[in-house]
Amino acid sequence: MQVPKINTDSLITLLIKVMGYSAIIFVGLIFYFLISEGLPALTEVPLSEFLKTRWYPIEDYFGLLPLLVGSFIVTIGALIIAVPIGLFTAIYIAEVASPRTKDILKPLVELLGGFPSVVLGFLGLLILSQFLREFLALPTGLSALTGALLLAGIAIPSIVSISEDAIDTVPQAYRDASLALGATEWQTIWWVTLPAAKSGVLTAIMLGIGRAIGETMVVLMVTGNAPMMPQGLATFINPTRTMTATIAAEMGEVANGSTHYKVLFFIGIVLFVITLIINVSASTFVFRRKKRSERILS
Amino acid sequence: MVNLALAWAEEFQMENPQSNLAVSGGGSGTGIASLINNTTDVANASRKIKSEEIANAEENGIEPNEFIVARDAIAIIVNPNNPISELTLQQLSDIYSGKINNWQELGGEDRPIVRLSRETNSGTHVYFLEQVLRLGDKEDKTLFSTDTLLLPSSEVIGAEIRQNPNAIGYDGLGYVTPDMKVVAVADARQEILEFIFPSAGTVNNGTYPIARDLYMYTAGQPEGFIKRYLEWIFTPQAQDIVTELGFVPVLTQ
Repeated sequence: MQVPKINTDSLITLLIKVMGYSAIIFVGLIFYFLISEGLPALTEVPLSEFLKTRWYPIEDYFGLLPLLVGSFIVTIGALIIAVPIGLFTAIYIAEVASPRTKDILKPLVELLGGFPSVVLGFLGLLILSQFLREFLALPTGLSALTGALLLAGIAIPSIVSISEDAIDTVPQAYRDASLALGATEWQTIWWVTLPAAKSGVLTAIMLGIGRAIGETMVVLMVTGNAPMMPQGLATFINPTRTMTATIAAEMGEVANGSTHYKVLFFIGIVLFVITLIINVSASTFVFRRKKRSERILS
Repeated sequence: MVNLALAWAEEFQMENPQSNLAVSGGGSGTGIASLINNTTDVANASRKIKSEEIANAEENGIEPNEFIVARDAIAIIVNPNNPISELTLQQLSDIYSGKINNWQELGGEDRPIVRLSRETNSGTHVYFLEQVLRLGDKEDKTLFSTDTLLLPSSEVIGAEIRQNPNAIGYDGLGYVTPDMKVVAVADARQEILEFIFPSAGTVNNGTYPIARDLYMYTAGQPEGFIKRYLEWIFTPQAQDIVTELGFVPVLTQ
């Protein structure tokens, strides 16, 4: 009797294929569920209602603008703080720090990245908000600024980690060539190494944006959850309400299938689409074809 | 009502060790929604069930039965360093709708007013909207001012009240801690302006203007175990727990 020979190679290939496709399928399923639960909201609430400025769902005010503004403000604020700090920390660890310092700093940053966000939110509520209120003479410390600061704290470890890896991967040949031509250390870093690591750094920033816009617990606890439209420059230090906090706070109370329920899923769709747009535009930029000169050198 | 529900469940389970009660929080809206979705047996609510919710329930084949299990006062709280001690209902309505924005307008210090509120899923929020902001007028469409902070729990409200001298908030009497300052409230529509502090006494004799009933809703008439639990709720022992937690018992001894 002939024993059939199992080709382990093809088995493993099959397994990997299934894993890969399942990732696509899961995302597809989530998107399908969101659409099927959220799109019907458009049949019950006219689109013009969503573009209004008052969000008070228990009395059928479904204006999404304050929520969009809220998510936008805390994310942009977080990025303004996180990108420079994250980038320069990454440059320091990759290019400037001694190997011993690097050995301590890198794991420490990774540790910071693993910090549970709800604990950060709690600390923000008790300590940071009071400090900001006294220091900046604000009416209340529960504001977009507090939210942005904490979100930056969450985004920085991601940005540092991936940027640092990207900068490390830049071939030494680049740096040597630049220094040989007479450039200083800093000129080399800023004009040669960093542009060469552009795709990795951009990926890091995209990840940071993703974490910031999707963060729920922190913003639920420290932004005050007040659905306000922008009031000029003061918008940043006033309370705000993000889309994520809205879904988290209100999903529990909605009756299954009610208009409010569908609108919350609609907000989920909006969040999903925004994240999709950011990721797709980043990918098209990141995965561009390398210039011929770069291909030769690396 | 989550504090009360938890205390009751704990006490009942101590007396009846073979029973198993699970309590979860999330606000009156959440509880009633769960009752309609058939994911809970009893819904605790600090506000009456709405007509849309009754309609939803009947569509799902559920007939909500209402029981008044305790009473509560809504306390108006401010920071201990705030000099204001008395407010009328009309002033509260104006504060929360955004008409009054500085403590100076009420005779206090020159500070902006920071309004704290519970989230929209809270029965306390809805009660405050109807009875204080709108002064009981069903036709009134006044809303909270957009800069009212909608905080996810009584703990967060407490934290902000304790540390922020600009803040004013409201919550059930059972959630007020000694490190907050309670304001006496008067109904300006009465002939004699009398500022009353919330307490079991003033709720039961009707003098405190912002008092409400606390409810338990079941699907249909309660039977078996749920019936036993609800009967126990009305015993003096269970109502003592109500008093312990700072609410007002329904059985007047």
